[in-house]
Amino acid sequence: MLYILDQRLRAQNIPVDKAKKVMNDIISTMFNKKFLEELFKPQELYSKKALRTVFDRLAHASIMRLNQASMDKLYDLMTMAFKYQVLLCSRPKDILLVSFNHMDAIKDFVNDSPSILSQVDETFRQLIEMYSSLSSGEFQLIRQTLLTFFQDMHIRVSIFLKDKVQNSNGRFVLSTSGPVPNGAQVPGLIRIFSCAGDEVTRLQFNNGGNYTSALREGSFEIFGERVTKLGTNMYSVCRPVETHLSGTSKNSAQHQKVSAVPNPLAKEELNLLSSLMGGLEVHRGGNADSGFRVNLFNTDEEEEEAFSSRPDELCYGVISIQATKDEQVDAELTKIMGEFSDSTDQSPNASSKGDDLLAMMDGL
Amino acid sequence: MVSASWDGLNYSHRQLQSKEPNVATSTSLIMQASFCVLPSRELLVVTSQKGIQMYESDGSIMVYWHALDLPETPTTQAVFARGISAVWDNYICVGVSSGSILVFDIPSKGSNITLSEVLEEHKDSITDMASECSGSQECIADMVSADDVGSMCVWKAGEEFHLLNKISGFDMTCSSVKLWKGTVAAGYGTGQIRLYEAVTGILHVEINAHARWINSLDIAPFSGLLLSAAEDSLVRVWHMSLTPETNSVEVAHLHNECVTDTQICGARFCDDDGFAFAVTGYDLSEIIRYTQT
Repeated sequence: MLYILDQRLRAQNIPVDKAKKVMNDIISTMFNKKFLEELFKPQELYSKKALRTVFDRLAHASIMRLNQASMDKLYDLMTMAFKYQVLLCSRPKDILLVSFNHMDAIKDFVNDSPSILSQVDETFRQLIEMYSSLSSGEFQLIRQTLLTFFQDMHIRVSIFLKDKVQNSNGRFVLSTSGPVPNGAQVPGLIRIFSCAGDEVTRLQFNNGGNYTSALREGSFEIFGERVTKLGTNMYSVCRPVETHLSGTSKNSAQHQKVSAVPNPLAKEELNLLSSLMGGLEVHRGGNADSGFRVNLFNTDEEEEEAFSSRPDELCYGVISIQATKDEQVDAELTKIMGEFSDSTDQSPNASSKGDDLLAMMDGL
Repeated sequence: MVSASWDGLNYSHRQLQSKEPNVATSTSLIMQASFCVLPSRELLVVTSQKGIQMYESDGSIMVYWHALDLPETPTTQAVFARGISAVWDNYICVGVSSGSILVFDIPSKGSNITLSEVLEEHKDSITDMASECSGSQECIADMVSADDVGSMCVWKAGEEFHLLNKISGFDMTCSSVKLWKGTVAAGYGTGQIRLYEAVTGILHVEINAHARWINSLDIAPFSGLLLSAAEDSLVRVWHMSLTPETNSVEVAHLHNECVTDTQICGARFCDDDGFAFAVTGYDLSEIIRYTQT
């Protein structure tokens, strides 16, 4: 998300001080102690709606505004980029190196704000403490669980298509050449041993690819070279952020239909979200005049067009939730809404396709 | 569920909804599904983060549900069941994330399934289990279990299961394991395949087989064909030959298939001769079937 926002802020020539404020505000909100405490608790994978809601809030943690179409596109790009990073990891433990690449970049964005930097460093330490000692099997379980979340998403991303890491059918390219992962050997050798343990025969076979030996090991410390490029900023200078939605999903099995029946899962999710949101303090310094809108498209017309032509199955709409009768949840949400009170109006187009959880929360 | 005729030309399919009690408040990922073939009956066993379901093999009725012990609030250690094997005449064994193996006693018909024993030998999550020799044949080793750090246990089945041998891992997940004529075929996260003699733990063969995590191994018992599939998008067919007189094992590489841009999750022979095999993959909505020409 930060890579993309940083690129758009530069592409739209937003004044440096405003751009810096946006990045600092978002990162500061993301690394808020209470929020992180919630994130670090052992818990199940969030639903797609819950995750989208959290990122909506994060993206609006500062003076920057995004219309629904731009937010949708931002989220599309983010999820496909992350899916790519998780899928392409050559060994499961590399997902930690990907996270470290993210952390390194975040530290760079806030390198002139010591207080935010120390928040990020503290989180870095927590990540290392929590994950460094996991076995490869445990990392693979984490990776497979993440891949379950991203299953059947095939939105095509311009720079991925141009760089030939994604095909025109939306699938990522899995190369059968290149270095093998750390700890692995180049395929092609069969070794046969005697009962005493001596090697008696060596046979070669054609591995059907063009593999080379593993690269050096990446660093799992706070500072160090990660070696893997996955998780680094894919926008070197100024590259386009187009996505292609047409003909994307023949398989829309992943997407929930709007239902009028009260969903028992919804209350559980609301509770989860309320704990998460409770930690998302919003810094809104400055007056309403300093606010500005960022467009993920090249023109306002393009953004409008994208909004009205977005295929139904790709809308991130949420199951409609009837007003909950639970007093405690009501009170909790009202308190959170107080923290998020917004001086500018929500875009009137925000909920044309099914009731949006955000709209519901705003209306409470 | 899809069932196909021997030549693959006719097939029928139906959808089976996973029925788990008390799943109202959260989702439960399915870890594995396997048809367990016993002399008297076949059951479909499905493992998840909540427990173990057993169905009649056509999916028509659920005959048994075993709930895992779940903590009140989630802990850092994930809880799930993984690793399924039919063993001997009347047992189905299922592994658990704690490293325990649950041994279920299966009657020849009906739903009076009971938990017979819990085997506590592994200290890390069970990844896969395999067996051979049910019914008339006499085998020394009946079952092998593997875990997240690559340790393998070799068992003799019975009213009380007996540990015959423990093969130490080398800190790399053994993701898939098969047992054939007393030989263990093990696939690892590093892409290596190793063949061990089950009872003694002697390493016979080591293959640098794949460039990525191996997800699946299968053996066609009548022909000695070995199938391996990995996240490198390749499926490979090997031939194993055993010479009991000299206690030697040999392996030859026969064939490669590349499923372009697909991380292969499962690969199985469709028959005991290995005449055909089928493959599944991540983000792949199809089952691809390959036949010998």
